[in-house]
Amino acid sequence: MKTAELQAIYVMWIRQMKKYVRSKSRIVVTIVQPLFFLFILGAGFSSISMPGLGENVEFIHFFAPGIVAMSILFSSMFAGISVLWDKQFGFLQEVLVAPVSRISIIIGRTLGGATTALIQGFIILFIAIGIGTPISGVTGFILTVIFMILISFSAVGFGLILASKMQDFQSFPIIMNLIIMPLLFLSSAFFPVAENKTLLTIAYFNPLFYMVDGLRGSMLGIDNSVIQNPLISLGIVTTICIVMLLIGSYLFSKSEA
Amino acid sequence: MDIIKITNLTKKFDKLTAVEKVSFAVKKGEVFGFLGPNGAGKTTTIKMLTTLLNPTEGTATIAGFDIIKQRNQVRQNIGIIFQEPAIDTDLTGEENLEYHARMYGMSKSERKKRIEEILDLVDLQEKRKVLVKNYSGGMKRRLEIARGLMHYPTVLFLDEPTLGLDAQTRRAIWEYIKKMNKEGQTTIFLTTHYMDEADYLCDRVGIIDHGKILIMDDIRNLKNSVGKDVITLSCDDLNKLKNKLEEENWISKIKQYEKTLTLGVEKGDEKIPIIIEIAQKINVLIKSISVRKPTLDDVFLSYTGRTIRDDEQKNYLGNSMLPRFRGGHH
Repeated sequence: MKTAELQAIYVMWIRQMKKYVRSKSRIVVTIVQPLFFLFILGAGFSSISMPGLGENVEFIHFFAPGIVAMSILFSSMFAGISVLWDKQFGFLQEVLVAPVSRISIIIGRTLGGATTALIQGFIILFIAIGIGTPISGVTGFILTVIFMILISFSAVGFGLILASKMQDFQSFPIIMNLIIMPLLFLSSAFFPVAENKTLLTIAYFNPLFYMVDGLRGSMLGIDNSVIQNPLISLGIVTTICIVMLLIGSYLFSKSEA
Repeated sequence: MDIIKITNLTKKFDKLTAVEKVSFAVKKGEVFGFLGPNGAGKTTTIKMLTTLLNPTEGTATIAGFDIIKQRNQVRQNIGIIFQEPAIDTDLTGEENLEYHARMYGMSKSERKKRIEEILDLVDLQEKRKVLVKNYSGGMKRRLEIARGLMHYPTVLFLDEPTLGLDAQTRRAIWEYIKKMNKEGQTTIFLTTHYMDEADYLCDRVGIIDHGKILIMDDIRNLKNSVGKDVITLSCDDLNKLKNKLEEENWISKIKQYEKTLTLGVEKGDEKIPIIIEIAQKINVLIKSISVRKPTLDDVFLSYTGRTIRDDEQKNYLGNSMLPRFRGGHH
């Protein structure tokens, strides 16, 4: 690979890191919001006996992987969609006339978006561990990290798809409220879905379910996930990730500034 | 040597033909101006030449490289200053330049040296560490010009370089453009709808309207084609006076517009009394009359049949509903 291509990947990556570090409000919101969910919702629900949690599992511990997944999902998706900002503010043109391939630009952007999202994800993860969420050993931790990375890349890819199809940000709240939120509710991030046959059937068609369930199984131990074989969820999530990235890159490379 | 060579370049958007069979060449070291009202096809042409849009038909070469088949070589050889601002306002001026240089494959020592040079050229040394969102409109434009020049482009494209800037900043930017053309031997291809800008900067201009080139020549030749002097007059019966004046052989060109007649003549101040006399003989009352040296506006008027300002007004009303992001923050 030519140096210019590597430089382009680096530029796209470092640019997002700098912008992330500089926007204090974004850091606060993206880290504080999931913590509010974790502590306030977690405290509220922990007093209710909820079927399907498994033996000796506190709600807040069940809830933690869901919140880690949610925070990675949201901020990766946003990183993907932020291509739209560059389009609207003209910066995308500057990038597209540079003598580098579109693929390098996409790789750099994806890495940048995923890095910022994973930083947040790890902060939430360590806070969750700090308040006593058990980790099921070294293998479990490694699997957790792998799932976090896959979730992040899938969501950046999804964001790129949206950014290529959307003209402006007006449709963004609609997509968030009508597509992402229901999928998240049905993913078992907030409550177990296995107790209800209908919910479970729907969940099997929900990509987010495999992400959340796989992450929970890796973190808390396999007994806590619906799909008892982590390799199945891992395979499905890897496939989703590759498909999202391929479609996202294809659509982005076709876009004209 | 022709640094830009355009052959039959055409771009169609669905049914609309934005650029139709445009062919011309620009010589190395030249400042070439592409004039036309909004929506004439200037920006579309620039976007095709800079590989941002694919032509529907035809092609062009820049520094010998084909804009369709050798995109990367073309991109390496050109610098662009876009009509809409295209800098990252969340980064500092220096970071914008640094990242640009990296993407054009410049080495670390090259980058360092060039950033110093270029910041001196556009007088932004003191603001290099300031976030671009805190720059004024003129400073942003200067930074964009600096960035366009970072990688020593053979051809620099400027799309409406001074749109929306105040008179003083425009002057300063014109000086930078002249300076880099002289010192750096950079060929400059600019589009504008300000006639004074083209007049001041360009060696040669082409006028484009509705996607077609109407005329292309040296500025001096174009102005002479209108007449040495231009007399503009209004009266109560334009047709009658026009018919009468057409019999006079000292008038090189007569054009009738909605409310005025323009005449191309030599020694215009001596002709005013003669014209008034002719008008009196046929009982036409002259309301106003003036003489001046031809400007590019007259050239534009004579080739397109309307002034660029008429168009601007219409376009202004038509476009005012579109969102504008110039100088915006996020």
